[in-house]
Amino acid sequence: MQTVLSIAVDALAYGMVLFVISIGLSVTMGLMRVINLAHGAFAMVGGYCASYVAHAGFGYGIAIVAAMVATAIIALPLERLLYRRIYGASELTQVLMTIGITFCVIGLVNYIFGPTLKTVPLPEALRGSVDLGFRSVAKYRLFAILCGLIVAGGLWYLIERTAFGVRLRATVDNANMAASLGVRTQIVYAASFALAVALAAFGGVVGSELLPLEPYYALRYMVTFLVVVSVGGPGSIPGALLACLLLGAIDTIGRYLAPEYGEFFFYLAVIVIVTLFPRGLAGRLKKQ
Amino acid sequence: MRKFAIAAAAAIAFGATAAEADVVKVGVIGPFSGPFAIQGKNFKAGIDAYIAEHGNKIGDNTVEIVYRDVPQADPAQSKALAQELVVKEKVQYLAGFYFTPDAMAVTPLLKQANVPMVVMNAATSSIVAKSPYVVRVSFTTWQTSTPIAQVALDLGVKKVITVVSDYGPGVDAENAFKAAFTKAGGEVVQAIRMPLSTNDFSPIMQRVKDSGAQGVFAFLPSGPTTLGFMKAYADNGLGKAGVRLFAPGDLTQESDLPALGEAAAGALTTFHYALSHDSDENRRFVENARKAIGNPAELSFPSVGAYDGMHVIYRMIEATGGRQDAEKAVEAVKGLSWESPRGPVSIDPESRHITQNIYLREVARAEDGSYYNKEIRTFEKQGDPGLAAQ
Repeated sequence: MQTVLSIAVDALAYGMVLFVISIGLSVTMGLMRVINLAHGAFAMVGGYCASYVAHAGFGYGIAIVAAMVATAIIALPLERLLYRRIYGASELTQVLMTIGITFCVIGLVNYIFGPTLKTVPLPEALRGSVDLGFRSVAKYRLFAILCGLIVAGGLWYLIERTAFGVRLRATVDNANMAASLGVRTQIVYAASFALAVALAAFGGVVGSELLPLEPYYALRYMVTFLVVVSVGGPGSIPGALLACLLLGAIDTIGRYLAPEYGEFFFYLAVIVIVTLFPRGLAGRLKKQ
Repeated sequence: MRKFAIAAAAAIAFGATAAEADVVKVGVIGPFSGPFAIQGKNFKAGIDAYIAEHGNKIGDNTVEIVYRDVPQADPAQSKALAQELVVKEKVQYLAGFYFTPDAMAVTPLLKQANVPMVVMNAATSSIVAKSPYVVRVSFTTWQTSTPIAQVALDLGVKKVITVVSDYGPGVDAENAFKAAFTKAGGEVVQAIRMPLSTNDFSPIMQRVKDSGAQGVFAFLPSGPTTLGFMKAYADNGLGKAGVRLFAPGDLTQESDLPALGEAAAGALTTFHYALSHDSDENRRFVENARKAIGNPAELSFPSVGAYDGMHVIYRMIEATGGRQDAEKAVEAVKGLSWESPRGPVSIDPESRHITQNIYLREVARAEDGSYYNKEIRTFEKQGDPGLAAQ
C-alpha cells in the first residue's frame, strides 16, 4: 500500500510537470493550428533566462517572471516575421519552418552559452523534502503539482470565460468572419502566441529539475511534448491534463515495475489511445 | 654577398621541400558538433595542450592534426571519414573516437591502410582485440567500475542494488561491479536496467528503497540525465536513510559538477582522472588545456585521454622517423611508460591498453564554494579486467 501511494505521488508530480511544459504547445496546435516544433526551443530559452537571472542573485519568482517576459519579447518579432506566414499553411510547411527555428536556437544557445548543463537554483523554501508519513517527497515536486493546477485553472478560465477567450475562439474558427465583426485578429494571434510561448518558458523553468537545461533540450523532449498534445487532443485543457496524468502514471508505474522494458508501456498506451481516439481524448469527448 | 644570397635561397628551397616531405598528418575523429560537442572540444583541448607544451616538431618532422566530425555514434560515417583521411589526406595515424561503435567500424581498415589507431576515449574492452594496430590510452568501463566494489565492502556494505542505463557501457558497468563484488563476498540483490531516455528517476529510487539494499551502484552516461538521477537520490531521502551511492566517475564528470552541486556532495566514485589530481604534470596540463578550451568549466576527462594519445603518437613518430610503418610504430609503444597528468601510466604490451591508477574520489566543496572530485584513495596499476572476462 505504501508503495502504491508512493508511486501515485511520483506519477502525479511527473504528470504535472509534463502538463505545465506541454500546455503551451496544446494552445498553439489546437487553437492557433500551428504545429510548433520550436515549442521546446522557447521552453529552453525561458529556462536559460531564468538560470542567468537567478544566478545573478534575484529570487526564483523574479526569475520565472523574467523568463516568461523575455521569452515572449523574443518570440513576438518571430511571430510577426515568420509565424504569421504559416498560419493556415500546410502541415509540412509548418513543420519544416519550426524545426528550422529549433535548429537555429540550438546552434545559437550552444554558441553563446556553451554546452554545459544550466540549473535554476531553487529558493530555500523549495529545497529539500517533506515527510508525508509514508515517504519523503521533494518540496519542489509539490510546487510543480501546484503550478500545474494553477495553470490549468487559469488557462481554462481565460479561454472559456473571458472576452479575450471568446475572441480567440472566434478568430480560430473563422478569422475572416471574426475580423469583419471587428475583432482585431492579428493582435489576437500575436497575444495568444505570446501566451503560449510564455507558458513554454514557465514550463521550462518549473520543469528544469526533471528535464535539465542544455542546448539539445529543444529536440530531446520534443516527441514527449507532441505525444502529450496528440493524446490529449490539441487545444483542450482538460484533455491535456488527463493525458498528462494518464501518461505520467503509465510511465512511472512501468519504470517501477519493469524498467528493462524501457518506454514500451508508454508508447503502447499512446498507440492504443490514438487508435481508439484519433482526435485525442478530449477530441472524442467533444464529438459525442 | 652574392654567395650568401644563393646559399640562403638554396637553404630556403631545400628547407621548404624538406619540411613539406616531413609533415606527418594525424587524423582525429570525434564529436565536434551536436549534443556531444563538449567531448570533442575536450579532445581538441587535450591535443592543443600537448602541442603547446611540446611543440609540433619531432626531429625534422612536423605534426599536423586533421579533424573530422562524427556528431553522434555513427559507425558508417566514422568509417567513411577514416577512409577519406587515409586516402585523400594521407594521414599516418588515426586517433580520437569517443564512441565504441565509431572505433569498431574503423578497425578493419587499419591493416591495409598501414595506420595505427590511438583510441582517446571509447571504453568497451574488446576494441583493442579487433586489430593489432589499436592502442588505447583512455580507460574501460570495467577498469573504472571494478575497484568501487572493494570500496563498498570496506564500508561494510554487503548488499547492493545495481542501477544502470540500458546500453553497452551500462551493461559493462553492471557486469564489472557484479563480478568484483560477488567475488569479494558481497551480494547484488537486484539489477535494474533503465532506458537511456529516462528523465524521472523517482520510481527507480523507490525500487532501490524497497529492495532493502545497503548501497546502490549506478552507471549513467555523463550529461543531462545524471542531474535528474543525483537529485532524485537526494530528494527521495536515500542518502539520509543510509543507502550509499557508488559509481564510476562518469556520474560526476567535472563539466557536470557545477550543475549537480550539493546533490552530488559526498558521492563516492572511482575513475582514472580528476582535474584536481595533485601533481605538477597535471597542474601544467590543466592550465594549458583550460587555455585551449576557452571556458574552463567545460574541461573534463576526455582531454587527458587526448593528451596522452598525443604522447603515444609522438613516440610512434619518433620511432619510425616519420615514415609510415604501423607495425613498427605500435611495437615501439608496447610497454611504454610515462608520467601522465593522471599519474604513472604504461601501455600493456599484451593488450595494448593503458595500465593506470584508479582513484577513489569524493565530491567535495572547495573553499570558493564550487564542487570538485577529491581523490582520497589510490588503486595502483590497474589493468583492464574486462578483456579477461569476455
